[in-house]
Amino acid sequence: MKGIRVRLKGLAKHFGRVVALRTLDLDVRAGEMVAFLGPSGCGKTTTLLMIAGIYQPTAGEIYFGERRVEHLHPRDRDVGMVFQSYALYPHLTIFDNIAFPLTLKKIAPAEVARRVRQIADLLGIAHTLDRRPGQVSGGQQQRAALARALVKEPQVLLLDEPLSNLDAQIRVQARGEIRRLQQEIGVTSILVTHDQSEALAMADRVAVFSTGELQQFAPPDELYRRPANTFVARFVGYPPMNLLEGRYEPGAFVLDDLRIPVPPGHPAGRGWLGFRPEDATLDGDVPGRVTVAEALGRENLVTLRIGPAEVKVLVPQGRRPAPGTPARLGYRREHVHFFDASGRRVGA
Amino acid sequence: MRRYAAPVIFLLPATCLIVAFFLAPVVTTLYLSLTDISVITFQNPQWVGMGNYATLLRDQFIGRIVLNTARYVVLTLLFNVGMGLVLALLSSSVHQRWGDQLRAVWLLPRILPPVVYVLIWQGLAREAPYGLIGTITGSSTSWITAAPWAVIVLANGLVGASFGMLIFTSAIRAIPADLFYASAVDGATTLQTVRRVVLPLLRWPIMFVTAYQTLSLLTSFEYILLLTDGGPGFYTTTVWSLHAYKLALSQYFGNVEFGLGAAMAAVLVVIGIVVSVAYLRIFNFRALVAEPKIEVN
Repeated sequence: MKGIRVRLKGLAKHFGRVVALRTLDLDVRAGEMVAFLGPSGCGKTTTLLMIAGIYQPTAGEIYFGERRVEHLHPRDRDVGMVFQSYALYPHLTIFDNIAFPLTLKKIAPAEVARRVRQIADLLGIAHTLDRRPGQVSGGQQQRAALARALVKEPQVLLLDEPLSNLDAQIRVQARGEIRRLQQEIGVTSILVTHDQSEALAMADRVAVFSTGELQQFAPPDELYRRPANTFVARFVGYPPMNLLEGRYEPGAFVLDDLRIPVPPGHPAGRGWLGFRPEDATLDGDVPGRVTVAEALGRENLVTLRIGPAEVKVLVPQGRRPAPGTPARLGYRREHVHFFDASGRRVGA
Repeated sequence: MRRYAAPVIFLLPATCLIVAFFLAPVVTTLYLSLTDISVITFQNPQWVGMGNYATLLRDQFIGRIVLNTARYVVLTLLFNVGMGLVLALLSSSVHQRWGDQLRAVWLLPRILPPVVYVLIWQGLAREAPYGLIGTITGSSTSWITAAPWAVIVLANGLVGASFGMLIFTSAIRAIPADLFYASAVDGATTLQTVRRVVLPLLRWPIMFVTAYQTLSLLTSFEYILLLTDGGPGFYTTTVWSLHAYKLALSQYFGNVEFGLGAAMAAVLVVIGIVVSVAYLRIFNFRALVAEPKIEVN
């Protein structure tokens, strides 16, 4: 099976007077895995349910390849979907759950059995087939849900927070498995998640949503290196980027009576200065004082008060200054981020 | 002794009530059914053993009454459960506000006193100057005499369906929305979703409503009494419980035979038990009941 290109044009969804999704244009390449990332209520699940055909868009168009589908019933769209709750039918065995989409297509029982066994083998749940969903583990339920979504060989695979009900350990493992399977099959996939590490690890490209609007659509490393605005800067990366609000003067960023020297290319007037904790050092020239130093294992995370603001600095393991000690903040200038007063990125 | 004190104290009030209001009447009925007690022999009833049951078997109308009872229970039950399901599915698939209104309308007859409700039916279904339909169509046929069974089943069903409707609606509401989404994405039409997802998940409420209504229909006769009084003609719509009522409490001849009536009631108790056990078997009751979450030791 081969994936198909998915295009959203001017897609919007209103629930009464509540705007769940403002206007969305998005182009997902054939065979690509895209993650919709954002906090709850940002419109990512609404968008997914519109692609599935469960919600009718208020405006806009959805294309699968050249076929316009937004008016089609879910069964005519050829999508597979994994739900956060897995939504396995509790009265059916795992076998019958996976077979469900095939039996609706009036496929011969022998062929149904062959395909169910094949996908169950691929996902390692062949031994659970005659049990009911309530009798297998969460991880097995998740695989059964994935098997049910994939067994009909859909053109588009939709995953709604598929890993959020799993234990942390299984989650990392399942994350890799889903990605490997998706690449093997080549099905175009859209993953909804609020977990940035999931999005960055699994997706070819990530669409970051906030308050019903697309903030940025880019590959994971670009999201990280060049966040399009302060929301993405804050949301992607852990510990989050340091963002200081102040005023730009030629060659410096002014925060109350502190002057932080900045490289060229910065905006003028009010704006934001951003740098990541791993790009910050305690060997610079901005005076500050340590408030907390937390051990993260490989590194220590030092919180520093400079003027009215707090910044976080990742330092090597050996160095753990006591709270109250003075320190001088610095940062790697080649990794600095400038944002204007409205929060939009300025410069490269 | 002491360790049983608490359970005994807790169980005592309910046990007393059950003995006084459930067990005692059954035992009394069984006892009466073995005597010839009637208005005449009231002071000095004689033990007749199985005599009353023998009388029942010899009654030339008993076959007809059994058939009537079966017809009444089966038809009304089918209507009640089927209509209850249809109403529950319809009212939960439209907007909730309309669904609530629809259900409220169907509940109206239930809050009417049965006598008033039956009077309304007569006002609808009787012949020309008395009935609404007859007057409008100028027809001189009374639906109650022309199609007594249809009228009885409908009159019962329009009240009875609302019971299943309420139970099924809350059961449908309890099904997670994701299951409906999943079955749509899996390729099911609305009808396929109902047949393959909703109905199997409603197995327990359907069993409960079916069993409960079977038992209440077996013993209910008030609508038949008021609508047709067992007629028209000879025993056309007389069911077991109506016959028992008439033998025991309301014979034309003034010969009120409590003993014979009690025998009929006793038979009904046995039928009720047999039917209940059969339902439990058919619906595999044990598998439906969840393990208790509280451990008692």
